[in-house]
Amino acid sequence: MAEEPRNPVRKRGNLPPLALHVPEPKHRPGDAVDYSDLVIPPAGAQPRPDESCAAEETYPLCTDLVRVLDDEGRAVGPWDPRLDAETLRRMLRTMALTRAFDDRMYRAQRQGKTSFYMKCTGEEAVAIAAAFALADDDMVFPSYRQQGILVARGYPLVEMINQIYSNRADRLKGRQLPIMYSAKDYGFFSISGNLTTQYPQAVGWAMASAIKGDTRIATSFIGEGSTAEGDFHAAMTFATVYNAPVVLNVVNNQWAISSFSGIAGAERTTFAARAIGYGMAGIRVDGNDALAVFAAVRWAADRARANKGPTLIEHFTYRAEGHSTSDDPSSYRSAQESVEWPLGDPIARLKNHLIALGEWSEEQQAEMDRAVAEEVKAASKEAEKSGILGHGLHHPFKTMFEDVFEELPWHLEEQAEQAIRERRVKWPDWKE
Amino acid sequence: MMTQEESPVSLADAPTRRLNMIEAINDALDIMMERDANVVITGEDVGYFGGVFRATAGLQAKYGKTRVFDTPISECGIIGAAVGMAAYGLRPVPEIQFADYIYPGLDQLVSEAARLRYRSAGQFTAPITVRSPFGGGIFGGQTHSQSPEALFTHVAGLKTVIPATPHDAKGLLIAAIEDNDPVIFFEPKRIYNGPFDGYYDTPASPWAKHPGSVVPEGYYSIPLGKARVVKEGEALTVLAYGTMIHVAEAVLAEKGVDAEIIDLRTLVPIDMATVEKSVQKTGRCLVIHEATRTSGFGAELSALVQERCFYHLEAPVERVTGFDTPYPHSLEWAYFPGPVRIGEAVDRLLGN
Repeated sequence: MAEEPRNPVRKRGNLPPLALHVPEPKHRPGDAVDYSDLVIPPAGAQPRPDESCAAEETYPLCTDLVRVLDDEGRAVGPWDPRLDAETLRRMLRTMALTRAFDDRMYRAQRQGKTSFYMKCTGEEAVAIAAAFALADDDMVFPSYRQQGILVARGYPLVEMINQIYSNRADRLKGRQLPIMYSAKDYGFFSISGNLTTQYPQAVGWAMASAIKGDTRIATSFIGEGSTAEGDFHAAMTFATVYNAPVVLNVVNNQWAISSFSGIAGAERTTFAARAIGYGMAGIRVDGNDALAVFAAVRWAADRARANKGPTLIEHFTYRAEGHSTSDDPSSYRSAQESVEWPLGDPIARLKNHLIALGEWSEEQQAEMDRAVAEEVKAASKEAEKSGILGHGLHHPFKTMFEDVFEELPWHLEEQAEQAIRERRVKWPDWKE
Repeated sequence: MMTQEESPVSLADAPTRRLNMIEAINDALDIMMERDANVVITGEDVGYFGGVFRATAGLQAKYGKTRVFDTPISECGIIGAAVGMAAYGLRPVPEIQFADYIYPGLDQLVSEAARLRYRSAGQFTAPITVRSPFGGGIFGGQTHSQSPEALFTHVAGLKTVIPATPHDAKGLLIAAIEDNDPVIFFEPKRIYNGPFDGYYDTPASPWAKHPGSVVPEGYYSIPLGKARVVKEGEALTVLAYGTMIHVAEAVLAEKGVDAEIIDLRTLVPIDMATVEKSVQKTGRCLVIHEATRTSGFGAELSALVQERCFYHLEAPVERVTGFDTPYPHSLEWAYFPGPVRIGEAVDRLLGN
């Protein structure tokens, strides 16, 4: 006799059966791309409220898109930060340097010099323009795709590569997955790898700064997919409850590995609109427009520094490459998406702006690209002197057991002795 | 009866008061807030109200609401914000209202606080003391009675501390707050107001009649990682902590067994020197905890004793624990590892 199903479907009259909605992206591999339903308002059309405004005044901006650079490369509208040409050129160079760095490190991973790498291609404006908008001693709680902030703050490329190679010069002693940097002296918090944990931490840091009557603010970055974590809700709640001086950024690059933004809720509303439910100021900004990013982050930083509270900023951008070296984006999305992204490439857009200003040329751009590639190459050669992953030039073996606690407890001392014995079995002449 | 050999000599001359465990904890917090302006207290209901168990009573009034304040009901946020505050340079002492509520904060403890020093090679540290009442015996049902210490002892980078007397609660809490690593400080809430002999149907005894309630005034600390020999003996060694220290004492006294009772006080890092010395002397070892049995801290203790004292053992190590069920409400005393369960294990150990 067949067993009865444990939870038989109940039918009621002529009610339709319930149906589960599983969001599906518009384009899969091989599909032609159609961005016609993407609403992109004209640059310069968005109002800019005063930094000290009531949070409610920003709510229209949560579903709008703050843009400064128009299609002709002009900076227009009230959000134009009116940066001088020298600053714009520095910003452009930092973005180009970051892209060149990504390209070389990606190749280094393919050449077997390290285990893993993550590029930020297409998203350079988000991290770098944000870094330009913040004070250098404001504390950043980054995710894994804000290498541009370290580059912008002048953190040595050699140190970044040492970390990526987990070599004997790695300041993190070879303990962290490549690109999970930590640079306290550059106001850059240790990258976790567990998603969104840095969000409530940034709020806590900002609360501490406020408790102490400091003037430094905190900022944090997560991806749109990570807004689904409970930590996001905790951070948003704490930030508003305590009016914490923090700028919370959501980098909406459309993809969380292979899951499109709809899996995180983008079919229903914007990510900036999450701010509304908490009573927090919110801005949705064109993340490929370096001037708009700068203006939005500076607005939020000024607001936080004036004790007017936190801001949530959604940076609307596109992840032009894979999530990391471990995935092939052509297996889950249309390759045309990146090519046809209607908000363009952040470096090209800033370059065109400088050219339109008469402050730059294609020749200068080409020369700069050569120079930054050389700079990265030189840093790479320098770092390789301290070793690449898996070739023996790692930190001294005993460091493996250090820093679990401030002092080495007896059980770790015993385990360290065991580990050393194991090495001597394999390499009888080994000594540190 | 109590040996306090690790206490500074001057402590013997310090004036003392009789305090219950809550008062001792409050005293420790008060002293540390006074001594270190970076100490902040956060948690649900800890501010104006002073905590549901009154552990933070009076502290907001004394130190101001930016140093002692209520938090949203979000353990993830409480611990996560504490990690950020610690990264800034504060020394947060968050309270998790019940240990049973700590799980939403687990990722922030396990993946963040515990590993921050290691993953940043010492650039950032998390000198956080998470205080939380734990354990049953107060008709708390399955969400106000748990003993989740083994979840934390399993994590590299966390210290776990559990006091058994007001005297130890104050000294250990001060040491925990001063420690530069994250410490989980579980307070056995069954003995907040008095020691518990395991006989739930007889009148409770107040701390005032117990020598462990004699608490020196002012600052003192008890080093983490040092066990306390509660009572010396020859017949067997009891390894326990928190509430079960008092239950074990009562049961073994009643049975007339000359047991050596060791209060571990710190589970990680554990004081194996004291444990080994005792077990090698007595040759028999009884491990007691209130937490569920499977993969409990007793399993670790049992393995350690077996590894390090095997040739001194006259009998298999015995574990007395709670059962592998949620803590039931109406039948909580059937769950609790009380006198009968302990008595049987003692008889097996002694071959009676």
